[in-house]
Amino acid sequence: MARARIIMDGRDIERTLTRLSHEILERNKGAEDLVLLGIATRGRFLAMRIRDKIKEIEGIEVPFGVIDPTLYRDDIGRTTTQPPLKEMEIPLPIDDKKVILVDDVLYTGRTVRAAMDALMDFGRPKLIQLAVLIDRGHRELPIRPDFVGKNIPTSLSEEVRVHLKECDGVDEVVLKERDEG
Amino acid sequence: MILIKDGRLIDPSQGLDGEYDILIREGRVEKIGPRGSIGVEGCEVIEAEGLWVIPGMIDMHCHLREPGYEYKETIRTGTLAGLAGGFTALVAMANTDPVNDDASVTRYILEKAEKEGMCRVCPVGALTRGMKGENLSDIGELREAGVVALSDDGRPVARSEIMRRGLEYAKAFDLPIISHCEDPDLSKGGVMNEGRVSTLLGLKGIPSISEVIMIARDIALAGFTGGRLHIAHVSTREGVQLIREAKAKGIEVTAEVTPHHLTLTEEALKDFDTNAKVNPPLRTEEDREALIEGLKDGTIDVIATDHAPHSPVEKEVEMDLAAFGMVGLETALPLMLRLVEEGVLEPLSLFEKVTVNPARILGIEGGSLRQGSRADAVLIDPGKEWVVDPSLFHSRGRNTPFKGWKMKGKVVKTILEGKVVYG
Amino acid sequence: MRKDLLGIKDLSSREIEVLLETAERFKEVSEREIKKVPTLRGKTIINLFYEPSTRTRTSFEIAAKRMSADTINISASSSSVVKGETLLDTARNLEAMNPDAVVIRHPFPGAPHMIAKEIKASVINGGDGAHEHPSQALSDLLTVKEKKGRIEGLLIVIAGDIAHSRVARSNILAFKKMGAVVRVVGPPTLIPYGIEDMGVEVSYDLGEAIKDADVIMMLRIQLERQKGGFFPSLREYSALYGLNLEKLKSARRDVVILHPGPINRGIEIAPEVADGPYSLILNQVTNGLAVRMAIFYHLLGGKE
Repeated sequence: MARARIIMDGRDIERTLTRLSHEILERNKGAEDLVLLGIATRGRFLAMRIRDKIKEIEGIEVPFGVIDPTLYRDDIGRTTTQPPLKEMEIPLPIDDKKVILVDDVLYTGRTVRAAMDALMDFGRPKLIQLAVLIDRGHRELPIRPDFVGKNIPTSLSEEVRVHLKECDGVDEVVLKERDEG
Repeated sequence: MILIKDGRLIDPSQGLDGEYDILIREGRVEKIGPRGSIGVEGCEVIEAEGLWVIPGMIDMHCHLREPGYEYKETIRTGTLAGLAGGFTALVAMANTDPVNDDASVTRYILEKAEKEGMCRVCPVGALTRGMKGENLSDIGELREAGVVALSDDGRPVARSEIMRRGLEYAKAFDLPIISHCEDPDLSKGGVMNEGRVSTLLGLKGIPSISEVIMIARDIALAGFTGGRLHIAHVSTREGVQLIREAKAKGIEVTAEVTPHHLTLTEEALKDFDTNAKVNPPLRTEEDREALIEGLKDGTIDVIATDHAPHSPVEKEVEMDLAAFGMVGLETALPLMLRLVEEGVLEPLSLFEKVTVNPARILGIEGGSLRQGSRADAVLIDPGKEWVVDPSLFHSRGRNTPFKGWKMKGKVVKTILEGKVVYG
Repeated sequence: MRKDLLGIKDLSSREIEVLLETAERFKEVSEREIKKVPTLRGKTIINLFYEPSTRTRTSFEIAAKRMSADTINISASSSSVVKGETLLDTARNLEAMNPDAVVIRHPFPGAPHMIAKEIKASVINGGDGAHEHPSQALSDLLTVKEKKGRIEGLLIVIAGDIAHSRVARSNILAFKKMGAVVRVVGPPTLIPYGIEDMGVEVSYDLGEAIKDADVIMMLRIQLERQKGGFFPSLREYSALYGLNLEKLKSARRDVVILHPGPINRGIEIAPEVADGPYSLILNQVTNGLAVRMAIFYHLLGGKE
């Protein structure tokens, strides 16, 4: 049986998102020209929560969207079945906007690369920043996050799972051994 | 002298089914006696323990393709396939190139068969010149040259007037007319049975009525003229019923069915297997059952292969473009034996359909192991299991839908005029 | 998924759902300013068309291009077909160029199946004789699903030349698989033998048949059928089996109308119906593109 350990609970996640929201505002000197873009599926809900927190802090509703990197993946055709396509909802225009990509776990960096390529097809942002709840290391591309909720050193045999109320019914981050097979 | 010993002799011509030994001298049956009753001194002994011994089968309907289509089959390869399948006489249809509508073509075929053939070849003459359905061939000369029947098989005789005159004229020579019953207008453009499967596949259908209407016409003409009619490859339930009724009325009509129509239905085309494209087309399960019923009650006299070899050029193409026909000589026996296995027919009534009945209809020698008759015989291992591999066929044609089928029953030896020529 | 898409017959309802869901997502790509994703970069798709067809060929071609595949169009008139090369030889020759997919449109049923057995590339049936036209049926499913919110339980009436129509066959299979009730209507000469075995209702009266329909799908009548003796005259066909506003009065208010195109305006469908508010004919074209992108995505992606 896979060994599993809860490394963040709901309150940890909330606190971390509050901090990330503050950091985003601090780094960008406010919410002007910001666009929050969640990477489907869980990045979307994290981005929504950050949007709500920014509204609480600054009183500004930041444009928000979802980006699905699937069609830009570099492993298309290498898997036995194709991954299902998710939603794509870019709040146009994104030209000259400061786009904050939001995802749950940063791992190899390949998903972020695909998301950035997808984004570029919709316009030319002024800058792109990356916010992640968890950075578990093991990058395979030269990509680094601008805002990190928690660094979790992992081994390749481990898996980090983020569960969110909106799609999993509970808020928690779990570290477990990768299922064999 | 040859002695076939300890086998189970099944000879419908004598009503024999039991353990008999057969002594052969100078190509003829010398003597038949109960097992062990004939002395072995001075004999070459063929041990047939556990085997069935039957008269050499006669295939009343096949296409040997020579002259003209040697790339599909030759008299040599066709007759070899015949021997391998247990046939010692093949009745060759006239749709060669040139058509066998002239005594010179008949003589060519017979000479070729004499020289290169492995078993007997009995040519069928074309009923009409060029098989065009317009003018009768020189039937008297064809008879003289050696044809055993008349037929435009492959091309239905569309005009009733021609069919009438043919039936009348052939009476003078006591030749049966083998009719391929099909209304060309009703089946125009069709590639398979018109039914559930053709609808599903979007393929143009050949309706059963196309056959039925012509069987009805030809029976009426046979009754009217008193000519001898033989219905080739009947495929429909209604067709069988018409023949049954005609026989009851005393009209001189006989009929044949192919092993494939007894085995397969239109479902065989579901995956677009062009090897299952035959004319008449494979019909429905209901038709198949009626054909078997017709065999049982004697409505259908003969089982004939309609062996129709084609090259890949004609079969590895779209269904609409593929030629009609499948090879049959080397798969007929095990398919027929299924009828015994399933309890449909006793061996005696099965083998009469390929021995004594075709011999009687065609008026040819053979099909019997009675004392004094030609010693054409086949030894069969009825329990031998094998898998159909067309690449091992002796025929040039590989066009069979039975590829990969597990069969039961195989020819062990074929004997032609007292000589072992196969096995 | 599977290697080939030869017919709706082979698809499970789950596979159909996946294709439709994917197609819904792909619609977004065609609404972008830059209508292109890199998904099929480096893939080669051959459109092998043995019948003239601007609509289907263009749709497949645009679908492939929007996914960054390279496309090559081969049409019967310019190909070696005229030189007497067999279909299998053509297929083997194409195979030697190592394409990833071949879309084939052919006048004879089973032609795509024959090629599929012979080559490693994915084969997509772009219409084979009167047999199947799976991409059209999938696009019709999507169009109806978008408009009605569901397929299950709907009454679909397919009207016209059922006998010679691949669109009819694929749509009967598709809508039945997704739980709809299907009724076919046309002159008895154009209703093929044994169609009831496909699980459809049969009617010979268009006005009667459309009364309770949720969807009416009009089929194109081939003008040469008249010569085949299937109906006496175009005038009579149009009067009895053409859909006009008068006949439409008896239908439900929320009925929608589909036509696979190209339309014989004024024969099987009156212009004011084809261009009217019930008509989804242009939605079918838009959805056809998305469906074909979804087909490429699933066939060219996952390889066993």
